[in-house]
Amino acid sequence: MVDTKINLCGIELDNPVIPASGTFGYGYEFAELYDINCLGTFSFKGTTLEERFGNPTPRIAECASGMLNAVGLQNPGVKKVVSEELPRLKKVFNKKVMANVSGFGIDEYVEVCRILDKEEQVGWLEVNVSCPNVHGGGLSFGTDAKTAAAVTAAVKKATTKPVIIKLSPNVTDITEIARAVEDAGADGVSLINTLVGMRLDLRTKKPVIKNVTGGLSGPAVFPVALNMVYKTSKAVKIPVVGMGGVSSAEDVLEMILAGATAVEVGAANLVDPFACKEIVEKLPEAMQKYGIKSLNELRGKA
Amino acid sequence: MKQVIFELKHTERLCENVFKSVFAGDTSGITNPGQFVNVKIDGLYLRRPISVCDKEEGALTLVYKVVGKGTAALSEAKPGAKFDVLTGLGNGYDLSLSGNAPLLVGGGVGVPPLYYLAKKLIEKRAKPFVALGFNRKEEVFFQKEFEALGAKVALATVDGSQGVKGFVTNVLPENYSYFYACGPEPMLKALYNATTSEGELSFEERMGCGFGACMGCSCKTIAGNKRICKDGPVLKKGEILW
Repeated sequence: MVDTKINLCGIELDNPVIPASGTFGYGYEFAELYDINCLGTFSFKGTTLEERFGNPTPRIAECASGMLNAVGLQNPGVKKVVSEELPRLKKVFNKKVMANVSGFGIDEYVEVCRILDKEEQVGWLEVNVSCPNVHGGGLSFGTDAKTAAAVTAAVKKATTKPVIIKLSPNVTDITEIARAVEDAGADGVSLINTLVGMRLDLRTKKPVIKNVTGGLSGPAVFPVALNMVYKTSKAVKIPVVGMGGVSSAEDVLEMILAGATAVEVGAANLVDPFACKEIVEKLPEAMQKYGIKSLNELRGKA
Repeated sequence: MKQVIFELKHTERLCENVFKSVFAGDTSGITNPGQFVNVKIDGLYLRRPISVCDKEEGALTLVYKVVGKGTAALSEAKPGAKFDVLTGLGNGYDLSLSGNAPLLVGGGVGVPPLYYLAKKLIEKRAKPFVALGFNRKEEVFFQKEFEALGAKVALATVDGSQGVKGFVTNVLPENYSYFYACGPEPMLKALYNATTSEGELSFEERMGCGFGACMGCSCKTIAGNKRICKDGPVLKKGEILW
């Protein structure tokens, strides 16, 4: 028997597999397909104070081994998430959920966290300071160590739940931001958010995505993400949640070997709605194949 | 939604760039005309959403225009090739509102989903009138197929090389109980303004997942934000913001 259990900021998970924010809605679409209680947890759609439609369409473009998206934080707003989405989720998911939070100013981050802090089902607040698709939004907080630290410190005062800061790879040195949010009190960091990219349409001579740029995700980014997880987990003492192109049980193990405590799976859910279920099911087999008895022993051994 | 492995039986070219492929596999996930399937194609990351042209027990027909790598690969696949397909996506048309004399309006590659719709409407003894619009005669397909179902068909081409010269709005009948449409957005908009009854229009958008998870294909409606893939692709005339 192998041990797939992990502990993320004081909460034990049956396994390290976490569908990433923005690829799993509020869980409901997937609960129609399989019992989502097989997951470690999942990170729900990035939530802001007010409802947002997001960016104009087209918002999606394909590229080799991956995709670009510029959804722009479409969400119903935190009040509706609390009054409608969470009660619906409770019927199909009996574990703690990771609440992904976005904002356009420190006050907004604080207010959204304060509201979600009262929700029993919310286990962690994953604070997104790195969305590449909103102008004047999250990214500016995540690309500067001082402002990232300021958001972290302010949010920590608004909640007793563990705060995980989601970091951008679109920076000179991700470990500098990670250390700054650790010093400001973050309980963990998750990385990487998407990489900024673009595609052009040779027929129309215009960008495929209306927003011009989008965030790159999918297997194409896995090596970049792995390296950033590797570097960051050596630079900080708090848990690192690894993500970026993870598509298989082997990818999950590589991330943990690089130093990740838990692993988020994003774009893979969009291509194969059963991806996370299959990763969870195949994880013990993959651990046996590589002689891994427990994930806690494997972590950071690289 | 069901994930099904389909086997390609055969593909034929209908006209210039439009192909018809017939697959064998479990079609029970497809419950409504106007729904689509999302096809995984080797070597491409995102699935390709394609409307259902026809289905029978164990047989799925897709008619599609080659517009890029995905549809090109599909059109070139050999019989026996296997495809991982998500079936029964989207809401589809509401047959219960058709009345006795529904109007079906298709433009270009918007025509295929109307075939299965016409079939189901005729099954329930409605008498559909089908108006088809194409750019020129080299792009015309499926006129005979609709006639073979027993539907009345009118045809328009923009350059007048076949049927009536002009747009599909030039060949609409005077009276109809309800309308169903699928085609390019300018056609849908013209139809929205030209039609005298209530109806339903099917929309297209670049999609990420095709089943409501990624919010890639959202649009604004009178009834709030909707996802074309999950809450659509069919929207009621009355909820469209034009």
